[in-house]
Amino acid sequence: MTKRALLSIVLAFGLLAGSRTLRAAEEGALPPAGTNVGDRASLQRGARLFFNYCVGCHSIKYARYSRIAEDLGLGEQEVMDNLNFTGAKFQDPVVSHMPADLAQQWFGKAPPDLSLEVRAKTADWVYAYLNGFYLDPTRPVGWNNRIFPNASMPFPLWELQGVQVAVRQPGSEEIDRLSMAQPGKLSLAEYQRAARDLTAFLEYVSEPAALQRHRYGIWVLLFLVGFTLLAYALKREYWKDVH
Amino acid sequence: MATVFSRLGAWFTERAPGLAPVYRKHVTEYYAPKNFNLWYYFGSLALLVLVNQILTGIFLTMNYKTSAAEAFDSVEYIMRDVEWGWLIRYMHSTGASLFFVVVFLHMFRGLMYGSYQKPRELVWILGMLIFLVLMAEAFMGYVLPWGNMSFWGAKVIISLFGTIPVIGGSLVEWIMGDYLPADATLNRFFALHVIALPLVLLLLVVLHLAALHEVGSNNPDGVDVKHGPKGSRWGADKPADGIPFHPYYTVKDLSGVGFFLIVAAFIVFFEPTFGGWFLEHDNFVPANNLATPLHIKPVWYFTPFYAILRMVPSFFGTAIWGVIGMFGAIALLFLMPWIDAGKVRSIRYRGTGFKVALGLFVLSFFGLALVGMGVTAEAIPAWFPHADVTVWENLFGRLMALLYFGYFLFLGLYTRLGWETTKPVPERVTTHD
Repeated sequence: MTKRALLSIVLAFGLLAGSRTLRAAEEGALPPAGTNVGDRASLQRGARLFFNYCVGCHSIKYARYSRIAEDLGLGEQEVMDNLNFTGAKFQDPVVSHMPADLAQQWFGKAPPDLSLEVRAKTADWVYAYLNGFYLDPTRPVGWNNRIFPNASMPFPLWELQGVQVAVRQPGSEEIDRLSMAQPGKLSLAEYQRAARDLTAFLEYVSEPAALQRHRYGIWVLLFLVGFTLLAYALKREYWKDVH
Repeated sequence: MATVFSRLGAWFTERAPGLAPVYRKHVTEYYAPKNFNLWYYFGSLALLVLVNQILTGIFLTMNYKTSAAEAFDSVEYIMRDVEWGWLIRYMHSTGASLFFVVVFLHMFRGLMYGSYQKPRELVWILGMLIFLVLMAEAFMGYVLPWGNMSFWGAKVIISLFGTIPVIGGSLVEWIMGDYLPADATLNRFFALHVIALPLVLLLLVVLHLAALHEVGSNNPDGVDVKHGPKGSRWGADKPADGIPFHPYYTVKDLSGVGFFLIVAAFIVFFEPTFGGWFLEHDNFVPANNLATPLHIKPVWYFTPFYAILRMVPSFFGTAIWGVIGMFGAIALLFLMPWIDAGKVRSIRYRGTGFKVALGLFVLSFFGLALVGMGVTAEAIPAWFPHADVTVWENLFGRLMALLYFGYFLFLGLYTRLGWETTKPVPERVTTHD
């Protein structure tokens, strides 16, 4: 009985681990983003980046300023002064001011809402995307992306990261690697941290409930372990007279 | 206190004298074999999940908007703005997947111990009907969040009916109420998902249990306790190897429930998407009839059947053979009581051929699931860069489909042509844990 129960636990977790490895393989082994939504400072830095560089074009319409303030431990005044540049109310959702029809004209495609980007694409993908921009004069906006070829998005963080160019093997179309043609304000490590913070913020935005899940989950599990032990003891007691 | 209860009991007995006997028949004086093992937890667990789905479903409908324009937003509203909405939704979505885990194991238990054999054919048939309705229920529930996979999954599954000759095309439009899955489709699926099918499901569960309690439970030894030796401390006419369902199996199932809830809570709180298998990445993108997901595939629990659909080739200019294969895979399970003519129920006393065949059947189920999930399509090029993926995937998938169908053919022949050498079945049940 106990041996079999243990075996099934091991199997269940093996399945979970297996599915994660499988997914990693499916994504063509993107490097891990290394985000941690439990790291409040990282989320705050990521929010600052998002509101300085992204919200001009991208909405996160399912997120409200007030909820971001609450979850990131920021005051109302702080948020309204430093993150809200559109004149929205504190309880309003975060919606970009860019008119959709003009955006369509400028970029060929309106910039997508990023509320669920990490859930749709994974954190690893977003992190790799933020590291994957390179100069490409053949594209209308002058930029291309290694992870999302022919994305119609210009690279707003270029001042920070610098300007990368694609390096190809002679006679090949395949990109070998990206090389830094003009360094930005941040070093490589600083930029990677910034990209990780921004990814972590978007990960939080795509599932604010993750913070609550992690907070309550451990107590629920502890309660259930206690309950199960009691229930098992009760079973043993009742079954004493069954031979 | 005791007098309050006994007076209340007397009050009911006076007005509804038939109530107490029903309770006794199904609970306190339902004598179940004392040797149930681990495999016998899954029936009560399925009931637990059913209750969970109904309760969490009620709370979800309070905030869900049945409209193609608002459904996706309303699910995110539940996830973010409704108090504890995220927990209710994760309990419902995790419950859906665990329902199938539990039901698959419950059905496998039946195959292993011959629980479908005479006199339990009706129990098995009712159980299979529950499985069928559950699949329809799950499919329609999956469409409701109106993500992109909801939309494309609905489109693919509904278009299966289009393979039916002559009426197929109009049947598909009739089901969808439009030329594409649209607002009309979403509304009727909602009606079926929250009212029609749950009612049918509950009725079938009641009948499944009623039918079971008429014939009595099977057990890992396949010994008929009801017709075995009599006499226990509950009465001289009671089965010697039976114990009252309550309190013995209620307390035993309670510890099973505790263990199951630990696993379920771990998923709900720490891995609610289960790595993209319970809630898929593409379904966090709103439905879009202009953007097809890279790989359209059903949720994991449909994948073995979906793989059969994909693996059966089209000929005579129609793809209906795959659809027949897929539904046939389920129809054959219905017929198990008549396919298996074996004299012995439990795998413990059956011939080696049966054990090997059942093992291969399980293998084929997992193999087909891998094909349906698209794992083989990813793994073949990763492991063998120069192999032709379609050729090898078809070869593997068709072999697995043959194994699946082969199980039924083999079992029919094996038990009819006298190939099975069984071990002697004991008079009484052997052990319990």
